Parts: sequence; C-alpha cells; structure tokens
Amino acid sequence: MLQRTWPAEGLTRVPYWVYQDADIYQREQDRIFRGPTWSYLCLEAELPEPQSFLTSFVGDMPVVVARDAEGAIHAFENRCAHRGALICMHSRGKAERFACIYHNWTYDHSGNLLNVAFRKGIAGKGGMPADARPESQAPKKLRVQSVHGLVFGTLSEETASLEDYIGPDILPRIKRVMIKPVKVLGKYTQVLPNNWKLYMDNVKDTYHASLLHLFFTRFRINRLTQEGGVFVSNDGAHHCTFTRMIEDQGDAYEKDGMRSAGSGGFKLEAPELLEQEDELGDAVSIQILSLFPGFVLHQIRNSLAARQVVPKGIDRTELHWTLFGFADDDDAMTRRRLMQANLVGPAGYISMEDGAATGFVQRGVAGSPERASVIEMGGSSVGAGDSRITETAVRGLWKAWRSHMSI
Amino acid sequence: MNAEVQPAVERLHARYAHALDQGRLEDWPNFFTQNGRYRITTAENEERGLPLPVLYAEGRPMLRDRVQSLRHANIYEPQRYRHIMSSVLVEELDNAHARSVANFLVIRIMESGDTLLFASGRYVDRIVLSEEPQYEERVVICDSSRFDTLLAIPL
Repeated sequence: MLQRTWPAEGLTRVPYWVYQDADIYQREQDRIFRGPTWSYLCLEAELPEPQSFLTSFVGDMPVVVARDAEGAIHAFENRCAHRGALICMHSRGKAERFACIYHNWTYDHSGNLLNVAFRKGIAGKGGMPADARPESQAPKKLRVQSVHGLVFGTLSEETASLEDYIGPDILPRIKRVMIKPVKVLGKYTQVLPNNWKLYMDNVKDTYHASLLHLFFTRFRINRLTQEGGVFVSNDGAHHCTFTRMIEDQGDAYEKDGMRSAGSGGFKLEAPELLEQEDELGDAVSIQILSLFPGFVLHQIRNSLAARQVVPKGIDRTELHWTLFGFADDDDAMTRRRLMQANLVGPAGYISMEDGAATGFVQRGVAGSPERASVIEMGGSSVGAGDSRITETAVRGLWKAWRSHMSI
Repeated sequence: MNAEVQPAVERLHARYAHALDQGRLEDWPNFFTQNGRYRITTAENEERGLPLPVLYAEGRPMLRDRVQSLRHANIYEPQRYRHIMSSVLVEELDNAHARSVANFLVIRIMESGDTLLFASGRYVDRIVLSEEPQYEERVVICDSSRFDTLLAIPL
C-alpha cells in the first residue's frame, strides 16, 4: 500500500515522487487508464471501410480497434483468452476475423471468441472438456464513442458519456477544429525520456511556450503579449489554450532582458513557411487542447494533429503524432500543411524542446523524490482566464489526477 | 556511365556527412542547388503514400532558416552525429544529372558519452553534376518511424 502524502500547500506543489514511483505507475494504470476515463484510440478516418482495423493502446494495455462488416467501431484488448498472446500483431489492415498466431483461436471485430482450434479434439481424442469455459478469460471489451471524428475508448462502466466527460467548456473547442471529414497526412512517434505526466503538464503549461520555444519569440511569431486565453474544465482534467493572429510589436521581452527576446534582428529568409490561411474563420493562430489522461489536439496555424500519449514505464513515454488535413483540401492547402509540419514533431521548430525539457526534469529530480515543483503562476486556483502567464491548467491536471488516485 | 560519375557522387555524400558530423551546419545548405529540396520522412509514410515530412525545406533560404533556428532559437543538448554510408548506387540520368541511392546509419553521441544508433535508412538523391556536384533533391527515408527525444541536427 502506498504511503505517499501530498504536500500541505495543495495544488501549488507537485511532489517529484509522482514521476518516479513504480507503485504510483501501476496504480495509474488501474485507476486512470483502465478506470473511469476516456482514452484516445485513433481517428475515424484511419478506419476507412468495414473490416478495417488498427492496433492502439490504453495506457500499457494493447488494444485492437476495428470496424465490423456493418461499419460500427469496436475496441477490445489485444490479448488472447487462451494464453494471453497478442491477437493481432499488425499495426493496421483489413481482416475478416482475427486469429491468434499461437494456437489459432479466432475472434470477430468486436473481440468475441469465435472458435477454439480442436476444441472437441480429433476423432474423439484430446480437446477440452464439455464444461470448459475459455470465454471466462476473453479479452476485455471497451466502450467506444466518437466525437467529431476522434475515437475514444473506456474500460469502465462508470465513465460518463464522452461528451459529458469532455464537458461544455472544451467540447466546442474540439468542434471548432474538426469541422469536416479529415484525411491523414502521416504519422510518427517521438520517444520521450520521461514520465507521461511530465509531457501532459508541459502541454498544459501555457507559460512555457514563448520562454522555452525560442523560435516563437526570436522570429516574433507568438508572444504572451498577444491576445489569447485558457479554458479549464471544472474538474481540472481538460484544457484548451489559444492565441490570436495579431502581430506583436511590443518589447516586453526586451524590457525583461529575456533569453528569448527578439534581439539581433533575426528574420526568416523564407517566411512563407508560416503563412496561415484563416480556414476556421476566427483568426486564431494556435490552439492547444488536452483531454485527461493522454490526448492532445493541436491547431498550429494550418498544421492539425492528434497526439496520443502512451506511457511505457516510469521514465519513458511514446508520443504518437497523427497529422491530418481535410478530405477536401486543395494542393495549395496540403502544401501549406506539409510546410507547417516543420513546426511540430521531433524536428519541430516549436516542439523539439519539449522532449528535452521534460527529460531534464526527470533527470533533475532523481535525488529528490520528497521535494516538489512550485506551481504558483496565476495563484493557486484552477479556472479559465485571459492571461497565459498562468499555470492554472497544470494545477487542473493534478486536481484530476489526485481525485482519481485518492492521494 | 561516365567512369567519373560514381566517385564524384560518393565524394559529395562523404563531404556532406563530414560537414554534419563536424558540426559545420552553415555549410549544409551549400550542398544543395539554389532551389534544392530536402525532406526527411519515414519508410512507413513513404510506403503508405502519405506525404508527411519530419522535416522539409525547399531552397537554400529555407535550409538556412533551419540552421539559423538551430543556432539561435532551438534548445537541445550538445550532441554529435557520426554518419556511416554504404551501398551507393549511382545512375546517370543525362550529362548533367544523376540519381543515387545509398544506405546510412547515424549514430548520435551526447556530451555525457551516451551513444545511440539514432537512425538508419536510405538517401534517395537527384544530383546536378558539375565541377562541384550538388543535391537537387535529397530524400532521407528513415527505416523506423520512432525518433528518440528530438531530431535537431539534419540527417
């Protein structure tokens, strides 16, 4: 049993053992990922036709996501009822049924065990007794729901409907981006040398963007002096932050002597890389949205992507990026999105530092599990605001986490 | 094929690798023609016909922007690469152009000494042959879709 106590200061302190403790990691898998939360699985567009499938994750747990012959989407644990082997070893494809390679037990698109090879033996010899119940160890089935083309799954019967789970503050911000059918432009995975929560609190940290990601400020692309804001759901679990397209002509960074100040007259020789078409019609240049526990949706100019956060142990996390456009994009828009892919991912002008910074925290706190982060920008509350010089959404993450973990 | 083409292309590849491995990022754009294109992608995206690049630049100004950003904006831990190249196939397209496919390994060495096989894959190039051959297009197709922490220095 865990003997961990949260610091008396509350949400303005996050103790470092949360990123280090093996028991905490196991409890998160049980209470959060396999508990009453919705985990992002894929885009509907990645399952283009009946009998399409792909493999994904809910926390540590491997899952198969598949459309049945009628087109309905199902998800089930990728674990054979017999000996626990992966049922499906391919990352995507089309299949009439799934057969475990180990002993050829077969499953349908919703994870029902269809057939046990030689169940009745051969010629009256061998096989299982008539009262054997291999179905008792069947792969777990997930409840699956979609919102605006994003597919989520949950293992808990207690989880509220997906729309209620996301809530009225954040849901419209998803709809704002997912305005029509999408088309996948490609995928890649970034391996982060840190606990999964360090990535999530980085995503929710609206204060760091222009201080860590100097590309923004050096080339005067996004500064905290620009108009923007942040939304946080009531339970703290989800957040959304946005920045408007207005160019900043001020010198707040220069006055504060910031490392990220735009001194030195840096200018892009080829600024067309950044040219944004206001396709969503609201003059927002950047919107970053996160859903607890491990989903991020971004619009960075005309770059659109879903990021799935997959924990791979205490100090290792995979970030699965899926970049997309809309099915009706013309060549010029596709080209714009591919150009702006330079902003994100492992080589992204404004994202490459995230893996480094969160890895530095994992390494920096190695000797101090009892010490804590200081998270007091914007006070001690969790809520919406029109300043991004705040850590309100980070506190929200810990509010939700503590509630699930009973810590 | 003109007997001088194969060694000329291999010399270009070698000079390119040495420049990156020695941290001479400023020299990197000059291995490309004025409008030269550079694209890093993954074998998976390539095979599925998906256009997403990990990194894409079109023309020397964009290549120089990448260098300027790496030098003055992006933050990454001090690191070096070691390129190992092999199996260079060269096909002469006409008097002035060649196509080349070559295998690569890139080993990443951190300041701490941590050494990692960071990337493997193929260079698929279109080269303008001249006194000093240059890439008109260099496509870097990584075998794996997985990248450790970040990709700062070009491959």
